Amino acid sequence: MSLVGPRDAAIIADPARWPDPALPKRRTRHAFAASVGILPFGIYTTLFLLVPAGAVAVEAFRSPTGHWTWANIATATHGVYLNGFESSIELSVITSIIPGILGLIVANAVLTSRGRMLRRIVSTASGVFAQFGGVPLAFLFIATLGTTGLVTDWLKALGFDPWDHGFDLYKLLGVAIVYTYFQLPLMVLVITPALEGLRPAWREAASGLGARGWQYWRYVGGPVLFPSFLGGVLLLFGGSLSAYATAEALTSGSIALSPIQIGDFLNGNVIAGQQNVGKAIGLGMVVIIAVVMVFYVLLQRRASRWLR
Amino acid sequence: MKVRLRAALTSVAALTVGAALTGITPSTAGAAVNPSTAKSAAAFGGMAGLIKAAQKEGTLNVITLPADWANYGTIINDFSKKYGIKINSENPDGTSAEEITAVTTEKGQSRAPDVLDLGTSFAISAASQGLLAPYKVQSWNDIPATAKDANGDWFDDYGGYVSIGYNSKVVKVPPTSFKDLLKPIYKNQVALNGNPTQAGAAFAAVYAAALANGGSFGNIAPGINYFKKLSAEGNFVPVTGSESTVESGQTPILIWWDYLEESEVAQKFPGWKVVIPSDGHYAAYYSQAISATAPDPAAARLWEEYLYSTTGQNLWLQGSARPIELATMVKDGTANKAAVAALPKAPSSTITFPSVAQTTAAENLVSQDWASAIGG
Repeated sequence: MSLVGPRDAAIIADPARWPDPALPKRRTRHAFAASVGILPFGIYTTLFLLVPAGAVAVEAFRSPTGHWTWANIATATHGVYLNGFESSIELSVITSIIPGILGLIVANAVLTSRGRMLRRIVSTASGVFAQFGGVPLAFLFIATLGTTGLVTDWLKALGFDPWDHGFDLYKLLGVAIVYTYFQLPLMVLVITPALEGLRPAWREAASGLGARGWQYWRYVGGPVLFPSFLGGVLLLFGGSLSAYATAEALTSGSIALSPIQIGDFLNGNVIAGQQNVGKAIGLGMVVIIAVVMVFYVLLQRRASRWLR
Repeated sequence: MKVRLRAALTSVAALTVGAALTGITPSTAGAAVNPSTAKSAAAFGGMAGLIKAAQKEGTLNVITLPADWANYGTIINDFSKKYGIKINSENPDGTSAEEITAVTTEKGQSRAPDVLDLGTSFAISAASQGLLAPYKVQSWNDIPATAKDANGDWFDDYGGYVSIGYNSKVVKVPPTSFKDLLKPIYKNQVALNGNPTQAGAAFAAVYAAALANGGSFGNIAPGINYFKKLSAEGNFVPVTGSESTVESGQTPILIWWDYLEESEVAQKFPGWKVVIPSDGHYAAYYSQAISATAPDPAAARLWEEYLYSTTGQNLWLQGSARPIELATMVKDGTANKAAVAALPKAPSSTITFPSVAQTTAAENLVSQDWASAIGG
């Protein structure tokens, strides 16, 4: 699951809430005070992100006896570990884009509805569901949609056994469904502030100029929302890519996924003395996120150019 | 440099003081016993000296010992009470890899693990990195030669067989072999307790299935093929089997170590039956080892003596695990007879183990092929 709370996530996903690079010059006087303010965050990031990431990057190039080597990288980029990256990316793309779109639709539907109560319930519930994961979540699905699950039994009683019609909770599709359970509410949380930023006046102005519903979304709402939507999807992508316990409990390694393979090396009882191959796979995941981030920044820049 | 020198001086001083306090027995007088390098109880002038030195330390740090695993809960309490030594139990549900990590990362701290209970391949790997202190318990000769390091770096402790456990209330036709499990009546019922590329028990299950299907210690591929077939038949459920998945009804059949079927599942499901498959016998033992950098070196050695005493061995036995000295104890009549009778019936043939090279090759093959065999 993500280390970022829903509130931080909302800020990350919404460029309108980012600090403006074009702030007036007089502010620089306070630069020192400001840097003192972010010092704790800087120390935190260094200790818990930069140092471990650096250690992983260095160890990925060392043999168990401490010599420099390319062997770990070679192992990590071939065979089943290469498949691991492929399925991890596939799973992460599916479980970021689909819940991303669904989350946007749900959030918009809730915001444009009249019920204030409904909005409160949805946002509170999303906060809870977005943080639900791991083995308990896997077990929840086993107990409901497994072959002997409660819901499966109900459906069977109605004469429809989903397992006889291609449904399999323990394959990639099943894992994607389980991830959607926490990804969709997370998207609702992060996209809601951006949707709230769409002023009703814009919509009125558009319709006053003769725009239809789809035209408003195509030319006004869509472009304004796009950067936030992209940020939200990126957040979901990172969450899916790094999720571990849920997939492990559901599939016992029958789907090659990078985080589980890292677990094989760092956490397991079977493969001994090859921890650094796990770190090489970890480095690979860092590279994937870095590449995605670069695309994101480029797209973001294009998409939000006119907003400045 | 200065700091290091001072640290060295302090530790020499501490040792001298420690030795003075412990009271040197006449036989070793003059040469202070360094418990960190003691290779047997004799180095302490016998058990009494060892007990005294251990009590002086007063604490013992153990790691990855779940209370419901092989009776460790009772063992820990009994040891603590018997010798008045406090036991700190770290990360009870951790893995062998985490034990090794703790030894290296907590080195020099008073909370670092003293004693380890790990998979043999991890013990061998740790020994080659110089992380283990050699020690030979008094009953050293009762441990089979194939189940210990000649130098005393590690020695097997307890183990069991890969077994088939099933909920007799749901599974009406008892399976007795790997071959049985392929039958259509067991559709969506068979699970492992984890991922064979991670969980030792699940890996062992693949090995046992290999032996049942024409494979050997040198050839685990038939085991992977067996699970591929079990999966294709729709009998294999790839979830991590546990007592909760048994309770939910998703995994009425679990392939697992016999002693864990007994202690972790049968306790909660009285109808749980355990059989050792007739066509594939695979047994494995865990290994004990003492950390070379143990903060409580004497207590660590006393713990090992306790585990390999008749009391310790029988406590494992009462946890449905088979202690390494069981054969000798049965012969001498010192084994707890009720506990022996309660064990699932084991094959009469002597237990054989794969070599380290064979295990490593098998691990690599399973790591490479498991996902494509089951998921593909």
